Amino acid sequence: MRVHWFSLAALLAVAAVPAAAKTLHVSADGPDANEKLQEALILAEPGDVVELGAGTWTLTDGLSLDVDNVTVRGAGIKDGEGSVLDFAGQQGAGEGLLVTSDDVYLTDFAVLNTKGDGIKSKGADRIVYHRLRVEWTAGPKETNGAYGIYPVESSDVLIDSVYVRGASDAGIYVGQSKTIVVRDSIAIENVAGIEIENCYDADVHDNVATKNTGGILVFDLPSLPQQGGHNVRVFDNMVHDNSTPNFAPKGNIVASVPTGTGVLVMANSRVEIFDNVLADNGTANVMIVGYRYPYDDAKYQPLPRDIAVWDNEHGKAGFAPAFPGGAGIAAAMGGSIPPVLWDGAGNAVVNDDVGVLSLNLPDISTPQSEAKPSPADLKGEAPAPLPGVTLPASMEARVQ
Amino acid sequence: MRRLAAAFAAALLCASGAVAVPEPGPNQAVIDGVDMPKKLSAFGIFRPGTNEPVDTLLPYTLHTPLFSDYAEKHRLIWVPPGQQARIAVDGHIDFPVGSLIVKSFGWPEQDDGRPVETRLLIHRADGWTALPYIWDADGKDATLALAGRRVPVSFKSPDGAAHSIRYAVPNKNQCKECHSKAGAIVPIGPKAANIDFGAALTRPDFARFFAEPPQAAAPIPRWDDPASGSLEQRARAYLDVNCAHCHNPQGSASNSGLFLRWTDPVGVNYGIGKRPTAAGRGSGGMEFAIKPGDPDHSFLIYRLESLEAGIAMPEVGRSTVHKEGAALLRQWIAQMPKDGR
Repeated sequence: MRVHWFSLAALLAVAAVPAAAKTLHVSADGPDANEKLQEALILAEPGDVVELGAGTWTLTDGLSLDVDNVTVRGAGIKDGEGSVLDFAGQQGAGEGLLVTSDDVYLTDFAVLNTKGDGIKSKGADRIVYHRLRVEWTAGPKETNGAYGIYPVESSDVLIDSVYVRGASDAGIYVGQSKTIVVRDSIAIENVAGIEIENCYDADVHDNVATKNTGGILVFDLPSLPQQGGHNVRVFDNMVHDNSTPNFAPKGNIVASVPTGTGVLVMANSRVEIFDNVLADNGTANVMIVGYRYPYDDAKYQPLPRDIAVWDNEHGKAGFAPAFPGGAGIAAAMGGSIPPVLWDGAGNAVVNDDVGVLSLNLPDISTPQSEAKPSPADLKGEAPAPLPGVTLPASMEARVQ
Repeated sequence: MRRLAAAFAAALLCASGAVAVPEPGPNQAVIDGVDMPKKLSAFGIFRPGTNEPVDTLLPYTLHTPLFSDYAEKHRLIWVPPGQQARIAVDGHIDFPVGSLIVKSFGWPEQDDGRPVETRLLIHRADGWTALPYIWDADGKDATLALAGRRVPVSFKSPDGAAHSIRYAVPNKNQCKECHSKAGAIVPIGPKAANIDFGAALTRPDFARFFAEPPQAAAPIPRWDDPASGSLEQRARAYLDVNCAHCHNPQGSASNSGLFLRWTDPVGVNYGIGKRPTAAGRGSGGMEFAIKPGDPDHSFLIYRLESLEAGIAMPEVGRSTVHKEGAALLRQWIAQMPKDGR
């Protein structure tokens, strides 16, 4: 039996090492750079590195990668010295780069001004986004693409040390995925800085979310293949001055996010918000609400449940509440509302030493115009802390 | 494409017995191999130095085809000798390993009607492979374009309008974006409910390809032929063929929750009163994919009528608005009861 196991392990070790991993270098120069790069992404074999030359790439069509275990590596994210993929003249495709294979590692390049999303990965398990920049360089505009970094329907997602700016929906958006870490990243001047939507088991930590409309959003929406979002920890982040007026195209759910939102939880169960620095968010540092739109989905759970908030450091907040009726409530309360805002639906424990304002709307079908705002005390015993997310060691090894 | 059509007619004539010596079939060793030949001629699908297919392949059409910038398409099936394709219970066609599906694209006004590109779907031992070939300037052979390419083409649409576009030949991955089911490549078009062999049904060698002619209990109507189905049926046929290859629970757009198969119920997941999920500016500032009675506030229409990357649907394979298709869907949405869900 022992020999048997040993030989099996040896076999697996051999199988895991590619026969001849190679590096495919592609240059940014030349009129056919777009085609050459796409060709390399198609011809790459598992274990290979596709190396993007330094310089500005002028790309006219979206790129895609569908080979497992490929690294796409550039020379850095900075203009002038890095590998900068400029999609300002893009004619087709829904994103700049689409990844549909597993164990892909993207690092050290920038994606600029895509017409749709920046980098999307779908059904791409164990993907690592590391040291990337995705940016719409003219800053907030409704005509910018929706998502900067956009993994969806994937298991094991690591987003580490990325910079995203200008997304007309969410800078970093993780949708319908499981086991997620978003860390050490900067989201600036997006509608939503970081959004975790319809996901299970996510850690969002050590990020900076500033000058977005809303800093960090944890949403669960109906009528989608994966719903019932739960187990999300938001900790050690700096979420401040999220003051950019909402520039999302109407109709999208984030178009309803009030300017000046720090951390927003909509529906979901078991979300923990702790050890963050939250300041200068004009509507609220923390907002906890139900999904207050009509929906036609018997399986959907619209209430926030078991949300826990503790040990956050609160700066100024609530001085410019941008939800309907907010200004009137602030005036009645002496100019500003408390840093934590709850619509009164579902349940939450807030042990931060700051005030909580409840809109007292426990039934999500009651219109917001019938709000009866009053201070609320949500102190209590939170559920046992979540264990946190552990990613496969192979993923962590990529970024060491 | 006139010459290509003539070639097809000639091929049919040959098959009916005008020529005694049968033409050789395509090169089975190349089909079965692992190579991606640089030249299309390696497959032996077309007569040497021409774009006339050999007469041993089986031509077919579809009741409702995918819109591809008004291109005329010619489609061929090859099944290896001694084997047959079978119709599965759900109506899809099971092709044996060694089969080949060939689709050529062209316009009467472009390159004297010669095809611009030919796409192959090859059923190899490890699954289907998609290869795009672009015809050479002399029209004698075509060259593999793994990474795709934009080709300038000019043509007229049925309303007489002249178009000059940068037609997008898809790359190998984009082939898969549409031809994907749970991550593997599959054929889309040939389904019992949509396939039409026309005169080829009477070919003496038809039985070599199919154990029995494909028949469907509920055939998909022709989107542009009111005699073949009601307005709703034709709109749904159009959505199935043009959208559902991605918009199904195992397709590239599974995360959208918008499912547009011929068999899907017309409810919220069919777009009725469905809010945008990840549409971004594709929502056009509208609240619903389909707002009954109001096509002008249905962003499904907005996206079909757009040509802009990031807004336009489908995301690949369209550089022209299909006016007639959009008009059909507009008419369908307009006649829905406004409060109907």
